Formats: sequence, C-alpha cells, structure tokens
Amino acid sequence: MNDYRYDNRTVQGFILSAIAWGVVGILVGLLISIQLWAPAANFAPYLTYGRLRPVHTNGLAFGLGAGVIFGLSYYIVMRLSGRPLVFPRLARVQLWIFNVAIAAAAVSLMMGYTQSNEYAELEWPLDIGVVILWVMFAVNVFATISKRKDEQMYVSLWYIIATVVAIAVLYVVNNLSIPAGWMKSYHLFAGVNSANVEWWYGHNAVGFLFTTPFLAMFFYFMPKALNLPLYSHRLSILAFWSLVFGYLWTGAHHLVYTPLPDWLQTLGIVFTLFLIAPSWSSVINGYYTVGADWSKMKTNYLTKFFIMAITFYGLQTVQGPTQGLRVVSQLIHYTDWVPGHVHMGTMGWVTLTACASIYYVIPKINGTAIYSERIANIHFWLVMVGQLLFSVTMWITGIQQGAMWKATNADGTLKYTFVETLTKNYPYWHTRTLAGIIFTAGMLFFVYNVLMTIRQGRARAAASPAAA
Amino acid sequence: MAGEIYRKPITLALMATVAILVGSIVTMAYPMLRADMHPKLETLRPFTPLQLAGRDIYQREGCVGCHTQTIRPLASEVARYGDYSKAGEFAYDHPFLWGSKRTGPDLAREGGLRPDGWHYQHYANPQQMAAKSNMPSYGWLKGRPLDPVEVAAHLNALGMVHPELKADPAAVKAALAGKDELDALVAYTQQLGHAVQRRQGGSANLDLENPLARDTQAIVAGKKLFTENCAACHGDEAQGTDGVAPSLIDDVFLGAKGDLPDGAYFAMIDGGSDAKPIAGRTGDPGGGMDAYGKTGQLKKDEIWSIIAWLRNQKGHEAAEGHDMPEAEKKP
Repeated sequence: MNDYRYDNRTVQGFILSAIAWGVVGILVGLLISIQLWAPAANFAPYLTYGRLRPVHTNGLAFGLGAGVIFGLSYYIVMRLSGRPLVFPRLARVQLWIFNVAIAAAAVSLMMGYTQSNEYAELEWPLDIGVVILWVMFAVNVFATISKRKDEQMYVSLWYIIATVVAIAVLYVVNNLSIPAGWMKSYHLFAGVNSANVEWWYGHNAVGFLFTTPFLAMFFYFMPKALNLPLYSHRLSILAFWSLVFGYLWTGAHHLVYTPLPDWLQTLGIVFTLFLIAPSWSSVINGYYTVGADWSKMKTNYLTKFFIMAITFYGLQTVQGPTQGLRVVSQLIHYTDWVPGHVHMGTMGWVTLTACASIYYVIPKINGTAIYSERIANIHFWLVMVGQLLFSVTMWITGIQQGAMWKATNADGTLKYTFVETLTKNYPYWHTRTLAGIIFTAGMLFFVYNVLMTIRQGRARAAASPAAA
Repeated sequence: MAGEIYRKPITLALMATVAILVGSIVTMAYPMLRADMHPKLETLRPFTPLQLAGRDIYQREGCVGCHTQTIRPLASEVARYGDYSKAGEFAYDHPFLWGSKRTGPDLAREGGLRPDGWHYQHYANPQQMAAKSNMPSYGWLKGRPLDPVEVAAHLNALGMVHPELKADPAAVKAALAGKDELDALVAYTQQLGHAVQRRQGGSANLDLENPLARDTQAIVAGKKLFTENCAACHGDEAQGTDGVAPSLIDDVFLGAKGDLPDGAYFAMIDGGSDAKPIAGRTGDPGGGMDAYGKTGQLKKDEIWSIIAWLRNQKGHEAAEGHDMPEAEKKP
C-alpha cells in the first residue's frame, strides 16, 4: 500500500463516533416531530420539545457534523500531505474529549442548561471544551499540511483551512457572555445587537460547518471514488474566494422585518443573492467532473450519492437567497417552510456527501470492498424518499400557514385565528414523522453496511496475516 | 505568482482570515459602535427579581423554540399581535429571544393581554384553553421553589452591564418569598412588550346598536359561542372566575347601574383589553382580554349574538327587561 502508516484508527474512531451521535440525533428528531402533533409525548421535563430540540440540532451539527469533519478532514489532510498526522496522540486524545463533550452537551441541554442562541446553546464550560477541541484540530491540520510532500495544495485543503479559521472566529465571538453561575451565562450583547451577532454566527455556522468542510470532502472524495479528474481548478479558485468573502455578510437575512436596522437587513439580502455565484460554481464543477463520463452513473454506485448531494446543494443555495427576499420572507419566515429548507441541506447535501465519503473511506482503510452495494442502494433510495417527502411537505404547510396568517377580511380584520392556522399543520406534521421514519430506516441500512464492511475487513485481515 | 498562496498554508490561512473579517467587521463589529444598535425606550423597565427568574425558566424550557418575540411591521401581524416591535424594547434582553419559528403564537405583546389566572390555567393545561393546541403542560413548575441566591447572582451578573439591575440578596429573598417557578414564569410573561402600547383595540363607535337584540336564534347562537370562546375565563354562565375574569352579569360590571351601550360591549369583545378605556371601563387592572374581533376569532354577527345572550342573562332582566326565557330552553 503506502509507505506511511496513516492514523486510520483515529479516522475510523471519529467516523464511528459521528455515526453513533448521528443515530441519537436522528432518533431525537423523530421524537420531537411526534411531540409537535402529540403533546402527550412530552414525557418528562427533560424530554420536552423545548429541551430536546437543541439536543437534536446540536447532536447532529456537532456530534454527526463535527465528528465527520474531524475524521474525514484528517483523512484528506494526511492523503494530500502524503504523511501521517504530526501529532497522532493528540488526535486520539481529541477523539476521546470529543465524545465526552458531546455526551456532556446532550445531558446539559436535557437538564435545561442553555444560552438560548440557536446552534450556540451550550453553556460556557462546554464552550471552553469546544474551543480546546478546535485548537487541537487546528494544530494537527496546520502542522501536517506544513510538513506535506507535494508543494501545491489541492482545493480541499483550502476549504479545510478556511473552516478552521472561520469557525474559530465565529464561535469565540458569539459565545462571549457574562457568566452568572457554573452553568448559566448571559450573552454579552443585548437586544438587536445580540440578534445581529447571533445570526452572523448562526448563518456562518451553516456556512463553515455544513458547507466548506463538505465541499472539501466532495471535491476530494468524488473525483477519487469515480476516478475522474476535477473539471476546473480555476472555477474552484473563483468559488473558494467568493464564498469565504461573501458568506460573512449575510446573517441579517435571518432578521428580515425585525427591529434590526434596515440597512443591515438590505446588505444581508444583497450578499445572500451574491452567494448564488460561488455556490453554483461548485455545482457546475461537480456536474462537469462527472460529465466527463456519465456512464459512471451505471458503473459506480457512489456516483448518484455525489450527484444528488451537489444537486441538493445547488437547490439549497437558490432557495436560500430566494427566502432572503423581503417579499418571500414575509410569507414563509417563522413557518414550517424553514425546517423544510434546512432539512434539504442537512439530509440532502450534508448527509449524502458524508455517507458517500464514508462509503469510500471505510473499505479503503479496512483493506476490503464495501459489504453490499445493494444495501447502499436501498439506503440511498430510502433517504432520498424520506428527505424529499420531509421537505416538500414542510414547504406546502409553510406556505399555507404563512398565507393563513396574512389573510384578512375587507375591513382589515383577520380571517383565521392562530389555532386554526396551527391545526392545518397536523396532517403535514404526521407526514413529516412518516418521512423521518423512512429516512431513519435508510440511515440504519447505512450504519449496518459500514459495520459489516469493517467486520469483513477484520475477517479478511485475520485470514491472511500477511496483509495485516 | 498568484498561485504562490496555494503553496503556503499559513499565507492562505491569513488571506482567508482577511476575507472572512471584511464582512464580519462591516456587518457585525462596526454596527456595535453605532447608537442604533443600543436603543432603549424610556418606558422600558428593568426586570424585577421575579421576572428575571421567570425569564431564566423561559430560557431553560426552550420556549424560544416555538414562540417568537418580535412582531413584524406587516398589517396582518399588527392586527393579530399589536404594534410592531421596536428596537428599544430589548435593551435588557441578554440574549434576544425573538426566536425563528412560530409553532405557537408570537408573545412580544403577551404581557397584560390576559389575566394572570388565565396563564396559570393555560400553563397547567393548554388544551383546556385551546382544545387543539400542541403545547405541552408546564403545570409541573408549580411548587418548584426559586433559589434567591441564584437569582441574586443572575441579577448581579447582568448588573455588570446594567447597574440598575444590581440587587442585594436580602431584597431578592423578600421579592421571591412564597413564589414558585410558575409564579415567576407568569410574571415574566405578563411584562412582555410593556414598553409599547399594544394599540390593537382601535376605535370604538359607542353609537352602534345591536342588530340582533332580542333575536331568539341569535341568543341561542350567542350562548353556544360564549361557551366555546368565553366560558373558560368568564365561567359557564358568565358568572366570572375568581382571579381570572370578572362576572359579566353582576351589578358592577355589566349590571343595572350605569349600564353601557351596545357599542361599548362590542368594542370590548372586538378590541379586547385595549378597548376598555375607550369604552369607559378599566376593568381589573391586572386583567386582560384578547381582541376577539380584530384577531379574527369572532365575526361581527357572532359578537352581536354573544351580546344578545349576555343581555338576556338574569343579571339584566330586572333593569333591562330583556329577559327571554323561551330562548334559553331551546337545546
């Protein structure tokens, strides 16, 4: 194989931890989707919707998301640098702290310890843990890249570098708070200012947790898995710089029609439209890369994962800017449209990219082939149906709800009471739970396939000691 | 030449940082230096110890996941919730609790909209107040003690940036004496939006006359509508509920002495609490009522039907001569 002993066990450790937290996060998501139509399913204070919603979002963003980012970034960094990690023990310690931190995060959120800012709910002692983890990650990434063999850095490395710096800046600034106890703090910023800082962070957590690292994975693993060269490096340069420059201006599109000063809202909306350019540069680059040989759709089961992932990325990045427009925002903001949008990105783009990358990596580092392409195909179609059913259902009910909120009689009085607009959601919320069950089933096929591949690799290694 | 940076990770990292910081500085850091990011209305009062304790519980229970606290300047939104949110209303909100999802209604002007008693009942059993509500019960907050030491620490933490919030532990202890977590949550709920007039009630035309007065069918319909919309607070027979809502059939409120014109009753049901002063009645100072007409919960005819039924109630019969017992007998 290679001359180097890559630290595959740490990579696999992060992947398996991420998958475990992913399953927890998805199951919590199923429960809270039921709670929305069955209030009796709020079984105990620590199992109420209000406390579990952040467990779902943080569990998947930081448990699944960050876990995959740590594991696969290390894999990419080592391969593209042509050497093992400079500090392999540090990475292993990081893996342990990561799992302890995610567990502590879930427990603390269920106990009601929260800062109330979306995607920044964790209280300050946990924030310190997150910062330590991130510093450990940064040290290994920079040290390893600095000691690489090839002079030129491939685009995936740029995205990983940008992720490391951006998340550091965002996370530290938005979590500045006044401690009021061991597990209680108040945001340092108040009112409109607090809102502005939080959504500057909140939007870019999406940008630099769910976009740049997954673009790094997409542009590394897709050409690798399909054995096709990247279509255009020039397009990558364009996409990279306009993305990292443009993203940070856009947080205010989450605050359209709030008391935030209008000029900030408008600036946010304008840059949101601008973001279509870098996003679609990546989409085009992805499509044209596969375009060199479309027969890969038939011959390589991973092609459809990557193509649908980048397709959802493309749809997501047109839908998002459309939602930012004032005229659209006033109809769909605060409705279920928004979870529909978010889940197309997370269940579509992020999860498909992560799963396809893992399907590539796991056989590779276990010296075997994928356990079952058939199971991978079943997984693909189940998550595809689950995700589309989820998003489309939420878009319909979101438009309906927004329209009902706005409906007035000729004399200016409202047509519908709030409860009337709420009860219209119920059939759609039932359907969403069904969609979640289908998606979960798909993910369980994925987990099974990954575990069986590892087992198959071990069995093979045991059978032929020479290969080990 | 330009390709050089793709060979130097540290240079690339620095350039990426610069790219990231430009937008961050313009849209996040620079605005902090401007006065329009730190507005404060003169009418805005700091949290009392009980209210802050309630806000902490609101945070702890993740209420922000389902309820927004910002009313957009859209006609339909102002009609539903009251005057749109002003930047100066949130100077004490660390962090802001505007939320991003309205699974339940906006709460920016919830304070004073309904009586305390309504909230106690609603938190304990939301489905009692709105049968199809999906809100879980928070009755379990009742009887859970508040820790004055903790609340004082929280006030003093915020006191570092708002000196007027600083409190001494003894005063906090006195303010929280005998109060539980549910009391605190209700106190917090009842101050939401206090710095701005709701301005929802609109005008009242006191000359309006009930077109359905003494209409038997309307009285029957009014009784049914009352049961569905009003009885949860005002009682099955409009006799009132202690600490929640007044009797509508006694001498004091709607009684024989100085009865109000039809137009005033209409204004109160249509415009809720905000219409009470217009109609010449202040009602219970701690009380409050939703704008049933303005928010689309009742149509004009339905409001008049309820008034017709109320007029028909026994409390009025002697003075008004509106008694129509035959209407009451119909199913």
